[in-house]
Amino acid sequence: MDDILKIADREFKSRFMIGTGKFPSDEIMNRCLEASEAEIITVAVRRVDLENPNADIMSALDPKKIFILPNTSGAQNADEAVRTAMLARGMGLSNWIKLEVTPDPKYLWPDGDETLKAAKILVKEGFVVLPYIGPDPVLAKKLEDAGTATVMPLASPIGTNKGMKSVDTIKIIIEQAGIPVVIDAGIGSPSDAALAMELGADAVMINTAISASPEPVKMAEAFKLASRAGRFAYLAGMAEKRDTARPSSPTKWLVK
Amino acid sequence: MFYEEFLKINKELIKKAVNSGDKTRVETAVKKESVSYEDFLALLSPAAASLLDSMAIRSREMTQKHFGKNINMYIPLYISNECSNECAYCGFNRKNKINRKTLSEEEVKAELEGIKSLGYNSILLLTGEAPDKAGLDYVARCVALARKYFTQVSLEIYPMDTDGYKKLVDNGATGLTVYQETYDPETYKKVHLSGQKKNFEWRINTPDRAAQAGFRKIGIGALLGLYDWRTEAAYVGAHAAYIMKKYWKTEVSVSFPRMRGSSSGFKPSEIISDKELVQMIFALRIFTKFAGITLSTREAADFRDNMISLGVTNMSAGSKTNPGGYVGSESEGQFEICDDRSVREILDAIKSRGYYPVFKDWADTFGGNK
Repeated sequence: MDDILKIADREFKSRFMIGTGKFPSDEIMNRCLEASEAEIITVAVRRVDLENPNADIMSALDPKKIFILPNTSGAQNADEAVRTAMLARGMGLSNWIKLEVTPDPKYLWPDGDETLKAAKILVKEGFVVLPYIGPDPVLAKKLEDAGTATVMPLASPIGTNKGMKSVDTIKIIIEQAGIPVVIDAGIGSPSDAALAMELGADAVMINTAISASPEPVKMAEAFKLASRAGRFAYLAGMAEKRDTARPSSPTKWLVK
Repeated sequence: MFYEEFLKINKELIKKAVNSGDKTRVETAVKKESVSYEDFLALLSPAAASLLDSMAIRSREMTQKHFGKNINMYIPLYISNECSNECAYCGFNRKNKINRKTLSEEEVKAELEGIKSLGYNSILLLTGEAPDKAGLDYVARCVALARKYFTQVSLEIYPMDTDGYKKLVDNGATGLTVYQETYDPETYKKVHLSGQKKNFEWRINTPDRAAQAGFRKIGIGALLGLYDWRTEAAYVGAHAAYIMKKYWKTEVSVSFPRMRGSSSGFKPSEIISDKELVQMIFALRIFTKFAGITLSTREAADFRDNMISLGVTNMSAGSKTNPGGYVGSESEGQFEICDDRSVREILDAIKSRGYYPVFKDWADTFGGNK
């Protein structure tokens, strides 16, 4: 049976999304895409330059091969994010939007209030909204109630590669969610991605850990395998963790 | 305002620290995730000079972590070389007999179109300090005009009050760069002989006013060659850290302009070597890990090429420093260009080092852009 990730009205075989930032060239980005078998790639609207099609990131991507998810990176408040989403739709990119509202240019920590405010507006405007959030279970539920298609909690601050620093709250988000949970930001190694998937996350989003690797293409493949392994483990169900050994057949003596 | 903080900084302690750092402290600082101000001073000291390689590696790592392998491309456009100030080191000094020019709006338009055809999306508009010839209204009109062609319009103009800056932000300006020139008040007094620029406090508080007016990006720096570079760098670092903490939504970038020959004939009090400049850049990167670092065409081609992978995040290419220079005007420039390669040649240099030149990194929907 196929294990399909369904977000809004779209289905994806891959549970691994990839970002476009920080790659040294379009060629390496495309080779990573191929190796990763990712089906969703995010593109910052602020980077899209339709006036210069040859020098633009969009010219390097084939929308037939990969779903291009525009993001609002750079927006510092709900108003900027909403207008950026509208701009993306106006450019003909998509009515899907990865909602990022990060007033702090240093750690790019998402602003929960402004994200929720923007999400409510965008959902009403007919967007499929995938919000980037801190690992906050209450905010995740509020966004779901507002009609977002996913929630995308960060594992640790963006670009840090520090991995799953918020396991406890992410577990709560996953347990309570009625929509897909995509772990976004901070995943630094394939084992982090595997852990996220083992916990029951629906997908992972990776950028820096691949683009900043000395061998990005090989690393993209490593993440593909790790996220699959984590997903298989989740589907299989983990054996219980125990402090002591137990006999495998404690009632064997009854059988004579 | 920063001037109050500046007064609290013990200049003698800084001087002592930057001149007596110990090697062990530098070795430790280079390995830290976040370095203290004292560590930063040690990184500026002569003791750090023998550890440049370790600093370079750390600078590269930290830059790639936050900025990736991206180099943001910008280009300067001088819209006026009129100036009412008498700055001893500057080609625009009002006493210098040079061809003065303030571009008409038609001329600005022609320059903008010329630059746009090079592929740029980010422009830096510059003027001297001549409020009667290139005043607020004129600059605001130029900003609005530039916004029709470019997604980012930054300014390097004379200090204004917060309301003036707000008007520029409302017209679409996104960033402001203002160099303190020197953080030493005595030297400042000696080289700024007359004009509004003589007011040290007004100038040092300019980034505060700019941030309060809503500029999203603020650039600072010192003009290297006026005073002891280690001390200047110590103050630039303190100023950058102050802005980042107080105006937490504002991006800060730092530039390191070395004094170049100009029609002023001014002789720098010290010549900063490549090795010293590099140490300063690495120290600032390690201390202010989120700050952008700008390297203009004041620097030579091979120096710039070698720095691409070691901490730089913003570069200009194909620059002219005289008003009307892109369409062939004969007005005077502010300083000599050292890297006069074409845009294409510089892009090739960036790409050949495995880096990505970024021309557009801003949306019309951000900040002052309406």
